[in-house]
Amino acid sequence: MALLDLDPKVVATARELAARAAEPVVALAKAHTTVAVERATLRLAGITGADTTHRAGDVPWVNRVVDTVREHCGLEHGVALPVFHALREHDLGTLTELAEATAAGQVRYTLPTGRDRERARKAATAAVTRGLRTVDRNRAHRDKLVAKLGDPPRRPWIYLIVATGDIDEDVVQARNAARAGADIIAVIRSTGQSLLDYVPEGATHHGFAGTYATQENFRIMRAALDDVSKEVGRYVRLTNYASGLCMPEIAVLAGLQRLDMMLNDSMYGILFRDINPIRTFVDQRFSRQVHARAGIVINTGEDNYLTTADAIDAAHTVTVSQLLNEHFAHEAGLPDHLLGLGHAFEINPAVPESFRLELAHALLARELFPDAPLKWMPPTKHMTGDVFHGYLLDGFFTLAGLLTGQSILLVGMMTEAVVTPFLSDRDLALRNVRYVLDAAGGLRDDFRPAPDGLIVKRAHQVLGEAVDLLARIVDDGLLDAIADGTFGLMKRPATGGKGADGVITKADDYLNPAADLLEAHP
Amino acid sequence: MTRHVRPYGDTTGDGMVQTSFTLPVPAGPHADGAAQQLANKMGIDPAMVVHSHPIGDDFTFFVVYGSVRHIVDLDDVRVVEREYPLLPPAEINTTVKKLLRRKLVVVGACIGTDAHTVGIDAILNIKGFAGEKGLEYYRELKVVNLGAQVSVPELVRRARAEKADAVLVSQVVTQRDAHILNTQEMSAAFREAMGERRPLLIAGGPRFDPLMAAELGVDRVFGRGTTPGEVASYLVHAIHTTSADTKTTTTAAAARAARKENA
Repeated sequence: MALLDLDPKVVATARELAARAAEPVVALAKAHTTVAVERATLRLAGITGADTTHRAGDVPWVNRVVDTVREHCGLEHGVALPVFHALREHDLGTLTELAEATAAGQVRYTLPTGRDRERARKAATAAVTRGLRTVDRNRAHRDKLVAKLGDPPRRPWIYLIVATGDIDEDVVQARNAARAGADIIAVIRSTGQSLLDYVPEGATHHGFAGTYATQENFRIMRAALDDVSKEVGRYVRLTNYASGLCMPEIAVLAGLQRLDMMLNDSMYGILFRDINPIRTFVDQRFSRQVHARAGIVINTGEDNYLTTADAIDAAHTVTVSQLLNEHFAHEAGLPDHLLGLGHAFEINPAVPESFRLELAHALLARELFPDAPLKWMPPTKHMTGDVFHGYLLDGFFTLAGLLTGQSILLVGMMTEAVVTPFLSDRDLALRNVRYVLDAAGGLRDDFRPAPDGLIVKRAHQVLGEAVDLLARIVDDGLLDAIADGTFGLMKRPATGGKGADGVITKADDYLNPAADLLEAHP
Repeated sequence: MTRHVRPYGDTTGDGMVQTSFTLPVPAGPHADGAAQQLANKMGIDPAMVVHSHPIGDDFTFFVVYGSVRHIVDLDDVRVVEREYPLLPPAEINTTVKKLLRRKLVVVGACIGTDAHTVGIDAILNIKGFAGEKGLEYYRELKVVNLGAQVSVPELVRRARAEKADAVLVSQVVTQRDAHILNTQEMSAAFREAMGERRPLLIAGGPRFDPLMAAELGVDRVFGRGTTPGEVASYLVHAIHTTSADTKTTTTAAAARAARKENA
């Protein structure tokens, strides 16, 4: 039920401006490919494993192949044709054998023409189709498990993070968290993975402040959660991160291993990891197409802006980013029910009426995106180490989420910014959440902000400021707005950032069967 | 102020503290007894286990109140007292102008794999922290914020190229002592590359103790809750000591010499 009485015309204007602001960027994304998109394509086509003999450590085979193709005939035509042409020419059975031959210097990649081109196209399409079929089967399997075991009994779903660095320890913590009431387990990645231009291989045990996202780690954790799902009688979802330089590949791995949610923001990598803007937009589009196919809920990262910018002054930048994320997601084929748009409870608690302002912002998001599973993020910036105050703040955070109908609630930790949570911290945090949900579960039904009160007025003001900013972005161009520090106060020029050398302008005869199949059937 | 003090509950000298912890023991009277024993060994005597509850089947969480027998001798307390006056931004600008006749160059970064720029941004970004504007706000400071995950060689290169007067590094991640190892690697690299002509090295992060400067090989360490104004005031103080006192060894130079012996 609408409580804010937002003007449908203003809302429509906001969406239209977001679409116009995004348009040139979408065109840019369509005109380019990246090394990561090409690697993701080969991963869908079945390549696995790593070169363990390489002096730089375990280099994934897919990186060896794509780098070599780039050296021999460039990537502007796509990696699929040269690779599948070479596979037939050398009479090799699998892409991994081809990779081994590549590493041994036995393969010379060329761009096939005529009948050879057609043969390579067919073989590549068949291989990618097999990969997508696995993704489709996983999606159907998830649906079946949800139907059998059930969704969590109430909203918001409770989202809890584990981050030990060792996948085996993560499994222990995740199982315990699920038994204690967590509906969604997120495995935080090792610090720094976002800037690796490859996806590590195998089960890993030595991450920093998190665990590496690898295909094998995904498999291990999903299997563990399947077991515990049966035990607790509800389908426990698994989340990881499709951000950084390997967004498309990690999206593919998530689809192949039946992950359920992925962090995937259109601008986070640019702003907070200084990744090249064009690289990010190209990678983001492909990865979202894969998520759409896999039925994965994306989680966007608007909460991050409020950790660097002021949560009141910058409230409208969250709305703008949500609208842009929504547009980019729709454009990539993601429907509303897969859009976990993010926002956060980050207003300085010393500000008078801070809780009412939080309610205004959260309700605005709820009413702007009525069908999206919004992700509500806890306070981090104003957690001071005073764990007693933090515990109270987290209680208010949960109450705000409940009152404004948020869909996914990331459990706040009173030890935020102090230590990685103790077993007891997580237990106390979950008790805090359960108390609020039990004590005030139906309060939303009684919650009617006064029509001309502070909450309603503030929501209208933020939406107005968002529309103004969007209009400016349409005039200046989104890339320039990013370069000027519009979001999170970070200035990121379009030519700068990491991974820029991995961006390639597509040639007219560019071919990517994965992109074609995803475009045709999102 | 009396020299000897004990914790204060509601009566002077009662020594009352509260603490909480988890033991890997199933909940029950036996677990409560175990908590009592631990509290006693911690010096809490008598100890009251006022609350316990199970966490899963194998763990129990406790809240304990009680009186500690320890006495604090305030004369034995060793902390880094702020060795410089806090100056308002205007005064910082005029002092820099007078002393250097150019802008003071500050290069900041999160080094190693640490991607948590919250700390360095709070100090450097104009937005600032705790109601104080960041160093970018100071007219006479030139701030170069390299952002997250900057490698040490890259930091040294940029510091040199920018002719940095001071280098600020922020470290949040503490797993496997990454914050200590990264900072030591950084200070060693600056010593190796630039010797005595190296810029002021400043490390900051929530888990740093200001007493760690020598161990880390830096000139100053800032811990939790540091504001941009404190850092700016320190910078002015540090260049003041260096420029006013070039003959005799400055505090920083002495510390550097001492570190060489350690290294």
